[in-house]
Amino acid sequence: MTSISEAPEQQFRIGMLIYDTRYRSYTIQIIALMAFMLAAAWLINNAIVNLAVLGKTFSFGFLSQPASYDINQRLIDYTSRDTHARAALVGILNTLLVAVLGCLTATVIGTIAGVLRLSKNWLIARIMTVYVEAFRNVPVLIWILIVVAVINESLPVPRDYCRTPEQLDCLNPVLGSFVFTNRGFYMPIPVFQDAALAVGIAFVLSVAAIVWFRRYARAKQEATGQILPVFRISLAIFFLPSILVYFVAGMPIGLEYPKLQGFNFQGGIYARDSLIGLWLALSIYTGAFVAENVRAGIQAVSKGQTEAAFALGIRPNRTMNLVILPQALRVIIPPLISQYLNLTKNSSLAIAVGYMDVTGTLGGITLNQTGKEMECILLLMAFYLAASLSISAVMNWYNERVKLRER
Amino acid sequence: MKVKGAVIAAAAVLAVSAAANAATLDDIKAKGFLQCGVSTGVAGFAYTDADGTWKGFDVEFCRATAAAIFGSGDAIKFTPTTGKTRFTALASGEVDILYRNTTWTLSRDADLKFTFTGVNYYDGQGFMVPKALGVKSAKELNGATVCIQTGTTTELNLADFFRANNMKYEPVPIETNAEAQQKYLAGACDVYTTDASGLAATRSTFEDPKGHIILPEIISKEPLGPLVRHGDDQFADVSAWVLNALIIAEEFGVTQANVMDMAANTDNPEVARLLGKEGEYGAMLGLPKDFAVKAIAAVGNYGEVFERNIGESTAIGLSRGLNQLWSKGGILYAPPFR
Repeated sequence: MTSISEAPEQQFRIGMLIYDTRYRSYTIQIIALMAFMLAAAWLINNAIVNLAVLGKTFSFGFLSQPASYDINQRLIDYTSRDTHARAALVGILNTLLVAVLGCLTATVIGTIAGVLRLSKNWLIARIMTVYVEAFRNVPVLIWILIVVAVINESLPVPRDYCRTPEQLDCLNPVLGSFVFTNRGFYMPIPVFQDAALAVGIAFVLSVAAIVWFRRYARAKQEATGQILPVFRISLAIFFLPSILVYFVAGMPIGLEYPKLQGFNFQGGIYARDSLIGLWLALSIYTGAFVAENVRAGIQAVSKGQTEAAFALGIRPNRTMNLVILPQALRVIIPPLISQYLNLTKNSSLAIAVGYMDVTGTLGGITLNQTGKEMECILLLMAFYLAASLSISAVMNWYNERVKLRER
Repeated sequence: MKVKGAVIAAAAVLAVSAAANAATLDDIKAKGFLQCGVSTGVAGFAYTDADGTWKGFDVEFCRATAAAIFGSGDAIKFTPTTGKTRFTALASGEVDILYRNTTWTLSRDADLKFTFTGVNYYDGQGFMVPKALGVKSAKELNGATVCIQTGTTTELNLADFFRANNMKYEPVPIETNAEAQQKYLAGACDVYTTDASGLAATRSTFEDPKGHIILPEIISKEPLGPLVRHGDDQFADVSAWVLNALIIAEEFGVTQANVMDMAANTDNPEVARLLGKEGEYGAMLGLPKDFAVKAIAAVGNYGEVFERNIGESTAIGLSRGLNQLWSKGGILYAPPFR
């Protein structure tokens, strides 16, 4: 206390803002902040001035005007009389659809390819190397165009489908209900009757039962060391009750098959050539990157871990599941997040093949018909930013769960 | 890639001073060449030949405009634009004038802030189908898959037509004419729709043009013409009067071959005014006195441009129809040159 009160009152001088280490960092930060704000103000002012020079107003009123154009793939009801906002929403859902499908498939393809690349089988390992190098070194736009061109040019048009003798698959009772044309793929759609509710309830109950059984098995293993055949019993609980109820309730779930009517097939689920092409191309392209992440993750776990597990008498597949993978995931997940983000952003190439994602509706036709470039591009940026941050948030939460906890 | 034009425009608005300059004509003269936006490739209208030279109906009107300003139809730079990128290219100053089968509509005129300076082709939207489909009328197209060029008025007309006739369809949006052609020929769509002139032009490039028919229904009015940025009346006048000069030239029998002779020896007062022998009409526009002579010497009159590129003697084989002079039963009508 005394030493502080006795210290001579130091007079504050302007020079201390630079020469005194106590203030210097604040000075630099304030200057940087001011420069940043000036730059931002200049950009905004410039936008306002130039919009005025072009005679354009800045408003989002156009979003409530009728869009007047049609969209082929709609996950929600939409007609050309609906608003631009709804057209944008249709596009957003299409983007999310292809992004989710793409991320799932890319993960599966990438994991398989990554593990196989470490295979002791020379041929398989080399084939996977070729896959990874070929796909990640060619631009994804080219892959998208290639896949769609192959679908368009090689598959039959709907009205010629099953007319030529070499298409023997058409006669096959299982394969025959799937239709592969150059306009996309059709598959049967389940049709639910009232009694289908019972099947649904049985299914939900059996899933709950599986969760309970797994907890029970784990508790038992921890208490007694006895291991139950969890996978086989789970599988049985998953299928048997639902199938039983299905037959007891008089088969209330039917299938609606696609049929050729007029120009196109009608009925069933229709996956357009553009969706298939975009989905497949994004998946195999991103899958090549994921494969490298997976390989790196597995190789990051030192060989000593495997040897230690074997020394304790743990069998190979349990070693993989309980020892290697949990540690490898910690390395795999952070780069996986950026691959998911890349895939989502790459989906904006959709318009190249006529897939109406949000870039095609809001950033394409709406922008073009209304001339609201600034507004549309800003909205588009806001959407992709929000989507990317959401993916990051979810994946970071997952990463937090699997990461090494130091005690 | 595809939104590049839009992004460039947005960036232009954000970052650098945009090019909505009042004195476009002075800028063009200072640059030494005219920047003209054309389509990415429609046979007969705008395409590059084997040497990479731009040819076609729209291209020649661009050249006539350049010739009127500089005396030579080669003082020009062509920028291919898609249906989506064309307006942003014009608004951002990437091109000075757009001759790209663009339909004159109210919203483009007033809301997008462009000025249409005339009509060089009166068109309408039609449908093309393979003959093998056996379709005779557009009313039979219920449930069909239709290829359309995205970002065009045809997209909106199509939605209205099918809605009004209570029919369903599956739109396949496509960026350029070439892609649409590939999809249509592969059978990925049953129908291709665009302006009837564009259909005829596209069909002429097919291996088997006779295997495809254009359905009789024309579902819209599509006056196609040049457009410039709003707010520069001088350059708008230049572009309008070059087009008018070519139409008037046809009306009075001034051709590429006889224009020099007529300019020296004519005694028809309208032709004398047109060719700069009388009055100071060029100066009023900020152009040389003989601007019309240069334009006609570069490409010929309207009729010559039409016949050479898309007329009945060409593979495209379009008849003059509405695009005949008013005095011969069409609706081509230029105001008097005085």
